[in-house]
Amino acid sequence: MPELVKTRAIPVVLYLIVMYLLVRVSLTGAEAMGYNWQWYRIPDYLFRLTDDGFQWGEISLGLVTTLTLSLQAFLIALAAGLIVALLRLSDLVVGSALAVAFLEFVRNMPLLVLLYLFYYVLGPIFGLDRYAASVLCLGIYHAALVSEIFRAGIQAVSTGQWEAARSIGLSTGQAYRFVVLPQSIKFMLPPMAGEAVHIVKSSAIVSVIAVVELTTTGRNIIADTYLSFEVWFTVAAVYLAITLTLSIFVTFLEKRYAVKS
Amino acid sequence: MRSRASGICGGIRRADARPTGAQSTRLFHASPRSRIGSLLGAVLATAALAGTAATVQAQSARQELSAESVIETIKQRRAIKIGLSLFMPWAMRDRNGELIGFEIDVGRRLAEDMGVEAEFVPTAWDGIIPALISGKFDVIISGMSITPQRNLTVNFTRPYASTGATIVANRRLTEGFSLEDYNRPDVSFAVRRATLAAVVVANTFPDAEMLQFDDEIATVQEVLNGNAHATIASEPAPSRFARTYPDILHVPFDRLFDEQSEGFAVRKGDPDALNFFNHWIAIYSRSGWLQERHDYWFKSDAWDDQVAQ
Repeated sequence: MPELVKTRAIPVVLYLIVMYLLVRVSLTGAEAMGYNWQWYRIPDYLFRLTDDGFQWGEISLGLVTTLTLSLQAFLIALAAGLIVALLRLSDLVVGSALAVAFLEFVRNMPLLVLLYLFYYVLGPIFGLDRYAASVLCLGIYHAALVSEIFRAGIQAVSTGQWEAARSIGLSTGQAYRFVVLPQSIKFMLPPMAGEAVHIVKSSAIVSVIAVVELTTTGRNIIADTYLSFEVWFTVAAVYLAITLTLSIFVTFLEKRYAVKS
Repeated sequence: MRSRASGICGGIRRADARPTGAQSTRLFHASPRSRIGSLLGAVLATAALAGTAATVQAQSARQELSAESVIETIKQRRAIKIGLSLFMPWAMRDRNGELIGFEIDVGRRLAEDMGVEAEFVPTAWDGIIPALISGKFDVIISGMSITPQRNLTVNFTRPYASTGATIVANRRLTEGFSLEDYNRPDVSFAVRRATLAAVVVANTFPDAEMLQFDDEIATVQEVLNGNAHATIASEPAPSRFARTYPDILHVPFDRLFDEQSEGFAVRKGDPDALNFFNHWIAIYSRSGWLQERHDYWFKSDAWDDQVAQ
């Protein structure tokens, strides 16, 4: 028996049973509701083969916007997060106070409120359009979370490394650049990739200011066709596909950079 | 739904079985001389029995249908659940957060006439039809325009109100615009998702960019901030917005686009509910009460001080 439990078979079977029950329950619920499923209308929103040749559908175009938006926001988050983390760890009292203030302010505010702040309050002042406001808002929000990952990664490098860097005459900047940051990468990569998954999911919030990404596209299609369940399930599957791909990448990184004790 | 269908099928089977039995018994006892006569009799008896059985079956199917009607549910629950979404002045919150508006008056009166409590269930507009279908409430009374697309999914009562939408635009951005100028790719309309406004933009201004939001305030805010050229909404909201911000907003055209009628929406397959609501609307249309309430909310300023501006 213990050998059997250790094999992969049991968890896989358990997983299949749970998934089967879940699907069964949702199907029964949908049937009892008397909902008229029209899955055949969905592929048109992914891609179309017309006389003009191949054309991407609305959901696919929305996905592209979601991905570019998330990528740009993630780059901003990395840059801003690193600055905040370095300020926090610096000896400057003002610097670390600023970093803590920023971190607590952003991290304890709902993302939706931050988005409204960027779009309706800062937008008119700095002339941000809806897309720029979305990218900046997501970037800043995740910068707070990313800065904590940087800080944890940097602090995980043993102090002996610092002392060694000092003793061979490196400045703080040089110590960071040549000794500490390269070593801390292995601590940061897995949570950082997790943060990338998080940013894709939270990018859905920009639908409230009508940036045409995946979620907005889905809602607009539903408004036209009333295919609520088919469209939401499709959109969810697309998000799942992205985040699963990223998660597999995370697992790969975790194995590759596993910290040996 | 399913139990009703199986009831009808079972009924047909039983209606077939009984006359067959009667027929064989009669044939067995008949003498050769009167065989033709008894055959005739048997046929007649079969027809009569089948007829009775069918009547009984139809009656029980009817009883099941009316027992399953939402009208019966409302009476048993002693409350009618009305799904609505907040639209000024159909339904809105007053200074104390209480719901007021045309729909609220209609819903209260309807509940009063049925002798039950009115329970309003505010719902996001783009999810209101799925919520009705899945039984979150009994009826949608929310200024829902009767359109063929919606009618494929839900049943509508006869109209109890009618409205049209008009444009309210940012003065600075649309200076000197003619109606044709609004139909350009660089012009943007902020509209509330899944409303008449989205239909107007698609029909009348197909080249313009359409930005869709969840609530009316967001669309007006876009125009106020200059992020969109104009918004479209059902009167009297546009005129009120233009009155509130006369320096920024104006109503450029004194005309209504895509005039439509609004009805209550109910789930499909419920003739009793449709019949009751239709006649309720007919009674109050004829007495002028609906028109009087409509004028009060849509044409007068009498309720201005009840809501925050």
